[in-house]
Amino acid sequence: MGDSQHLQGERGGASASRHRTDTTLRVNGKPHQLTLDHRRTLLDVVREDLGLYGAKKGCDHGQCGACTVLVDGRRVNSCLLLAVTLDGSEVTTVEGLTGEGPTGDGEQPHPLQQAFLDRDAFQCGYCTPGQICSAIGALAEAAAGHPSRVTDPRAPSGRAVPLDRDEIRERLSGNLCRCGAYPRIVDAVEDVIA
Amino acid sequence: MVSTVVGAPVERREGLEKVTGSARYAAEHAPPRRVWAWPVPATVARGTVTAVDTAAAMEQPGVLTVLTHRNAPRLAEPDDATLAVLQNPRVPHRGWFVALVVAETLEDARAGAAAVQVSYEPEEHDVSLTMTHPGAYVPEEANGGYPAATEQGDPERAFASSAVQVDADYRVPPLHNHPMEPHASTAQWDGDRLLVHTSSQGSTAVQTVLAGLFRLPEDGVTVVAEHVGGGFGSKGTPRPDVVLAAMAARQTGRPVTLALPRRHMPAVVGHRAPTLHRVRLGAEPDGRLTSLIHEVTTHTSRIKEFTEQAAVPARTMYAAAHLRTVHRVAPLDVPSPSWMRAPGEAPGMYALESAMDELACALGMDPVELRIVNEPETEPHSGKPFSSRHLVECLREGARRFDWAHRAPRTAGPLRIGTGVAAAMYPVLVQPSTASAGACPDGTFLVRINATDIGTGSRTVLAQIAADALGVPLERVRTEVGRSDLPSASLAGGSSGTASWGWAVHEACTRLTARLATHTGPLPPDGLDAHADTAGQADADSPWARHAFGAHFAEVAVDTVTGEVRARRLLGVFAAGHILNARTARSQFVGGMTMGLGMALTEGSTMDAAFGDFTQSDLASYHVPAHADVPDIEVHWIDEDDPHLNPMGSKGIGEIGIVGTAAAIGNAVHHATGTRYRELPLTPDRVRRGAGF
Repeated sequence: MGDSQHLQGERGGASASRHRTDTTLRVNGKPHQLTLDHRRTLLDVVREDLGLYGAKKGCDHGQCGACTVLVDGRRVNSCLLLAVTLDGSEVTTVEGLTGEGPTGDGEQPHPLQQAFLDRDAFQCGYCTPGQICSAIGALAEAAAGHPSRVTDPRAPSGRAVPLDRDEIRERLSGNLCRCGAYPRIVDAVEDVIA
Repeated sequence: MVSTVVGAPVERREGLEKVTGSARYAAEHAPPRRVWAWPVPATVARGTVTAVDTAAAMEQPGVLTVLTHRNAPRLAEPDDATLAVLQNPRVPHRGWFVALVVAETLEDARAGAAAVQVSYEPEEHDVSLTMTHPGAYVPEEANGGYPAATEQGDPERAFASSAVQVDADYRVPPLHNHPMEPHASTAQWDGDRLLVHTSSQGSTAVQTVLAGLFRLPEDGVTVVAEHVGGGFGSKGTPRPDVVLAAMAARQTGRPVTLALPRRHMPAVVGHRAPTLHRVRLGAEPDGRLTSLIHEVTTHTSRIKEFTEQAAVPARTMYAAAHLRTVHRVAPLDVPSPSWMRAPGEAPGMYALESAMDELACALGMDPVELRIVNEPETEPHSGKPFSSRHLVECLREGARRFDWAHRAPRTAGPLRIGTGVAAAMYPVLVQPSTASAGACPDGTFLVRINATDIGTGSRTVLAQIAADALGVPLERVRTEVGRSDLPSASLAGGSSGTASWGWAVHEACTRLTARLATHTGPLPPDGLDAHADTAGQADADSPWARHAFGAHFAEVAVDTVTGEVRARRLLGVFAAGHILNARTARSQFVGGMTMGLGMALTEGSTMDAAFGDFTQSDLASYHVPAHADVPDIEVHWIDEDDPHLNPMGSKGIGEIGIVGTAAAIGNAVHHATGTRYRELPLTPDRVRRGAGF
């Protein structure tokens, strides 16, 4: 792992070294070897150890969804996961969604990020990275045939679930937005489905 | 003539940073050697701290210090008593911070806080508000500087002798702002200079307050609020987090971040105080009001008088010759209430507009028409002419778009479906601000003002205003906002931000244009600039009554089995002067209506009488609307040409969306079920309990 970084999971050195374990996480395609306090959540690792502040802390209790990231392709509340349990996992944060531009000369927003811009699907922006990561996870779940509470029970199992507005609303209900951008967020998600 | 960009649906300038995660909020500034603070809240509702045992906390790994009232830096006495943190052993309410742990990591700080042992001498407490609370009094002023009581004519006698009467009590519970970004501050000292990044709606005010508390010259304090994750009033003035972070940084000599845990917020960042309303309406058989009496009882804390001005809208809304409004406030052992989106108007218009619906039912009259026949010629309370008032147009336009004429209630399986209407109003507020505008040799223009973007899109709309005032394309205008070392400006609150800042920006740009017109030859290397200060202008008394108005229409389905109320359609029409950015304005209106939907159906907090704290203190128990709660929301506006406002002709739009929404929904529930509920929120248990089905 030539390009890997070894980071002290806790800076400052004054903390006791007990209850810490070496852990490897691959974050946005890049491997990181970390020595982690067992109490440290994935959210605090990406924010405070890796400087990826796109994942937001809204409640720290899995109630708001602002911290949503993808772990091995599935959306999770990163504030509820102890990072030490994720050794070897692949983590994608909102910073990992952008791609190289067509000319390779800069960042190109993910189509869903672009749709959020086009639809003005945010105001303060604090829930936005979580909404975007959650929607990407939700699209993958629907494509894999996972039903939601509003899915027609007669729908054949194992087939991709088509997402109408009610499906999108239901599946994104773990991501709170106090500015009230919900209708615009649904518009944006519909844009990338279409 | 360059074509105008004011009004255009321009994209927000910081949008890409927000969707890619590179926008930095207050807790996300990580200076080298930064450490973390974690507060310890009081566990009694009233009393005195007798001892703080910090030994176990100090033994925790990583803990650097524990601040208490014994060792914390002494502050100058603040105007706002909620900022006098760790200055004395008194506990004015449960959740008041009694200690602060500073440690190397978040985990260390949290563990340290859990290990602090605080002893109290508790006292009997009273946190229960009633309409007849013996401690309630009529203050001199309610929030906003309004007189607490007004009376004209003989409202009691006129009510008693009116042909049709409504006399109803309404209750709005405590509500919490809960912006998605918790209140957070990162503070660092360089000698006697203080730099803080804080989540605030106005960093000029934070700078002034911190300079006072720490006895520093104002230019020794720099406050940055570049991106702010919502505020809704709760970040309108500095809150304890910024004071504690600055104290902790001074004490430890390290930069300190304090981000409030979500569950600590309701007790220390302000809340919408509960309001108990009695509304009496007396009318002629044709619907014309003869008497309007709105009485409000609310609570405040023991350390700060804040009176939610919920009876104030009744002074403006309807033509009643006999009018009385009064606020009573009871100081209790509760957290200090403060601003939450449309303080006064939001709960007050819930009560008044519900009562108007009751009156329409009593008269057998269409509730839209009832409002129209009570349209006043001049502002009822002041007698001033309205600078512009298009409430009737909003009601008619909304009724047409909503298909109000075909509103008969209907049944679909277990669902009862009904519709409701309510009016909205919000005053035009504007504050003095300063701004500078500069012309750069490269052909661009730089506008500098300490405006704050809490999600409204102020960078964007100020650039639009500047581009038009300068007569240049929008792309050539840059804006700098969100730092106290920029020209000082008022806060993003009271729906006054764009009017206040835009006025100063417009003025600076107009002056710059004049300078450029007389300038010959190339620009000097530093460019040319111009400054503006709207003091004396923006805050001058107006001979006009200036308010925005609007109308809400709602369709709800009430489940007769579960008692669940769901909003199926919400439609708002607003008249708020010129709309300056159609894209971001629509988002604000929709956002306000969404918060109004929460107020109607899901949001409610409870003061626990025994423990003296808010039972619903986090987002699992305090239900802000989620995606699945929110239908598609339709918003329209009527453009007003009002020359009595400001150079842009705009009224504020940040709050009017929440005003009236809850009444429209409640009225729709009555239309659907025949049951009149008078206490928010309309949760399934409450709806089932009161139901006739």
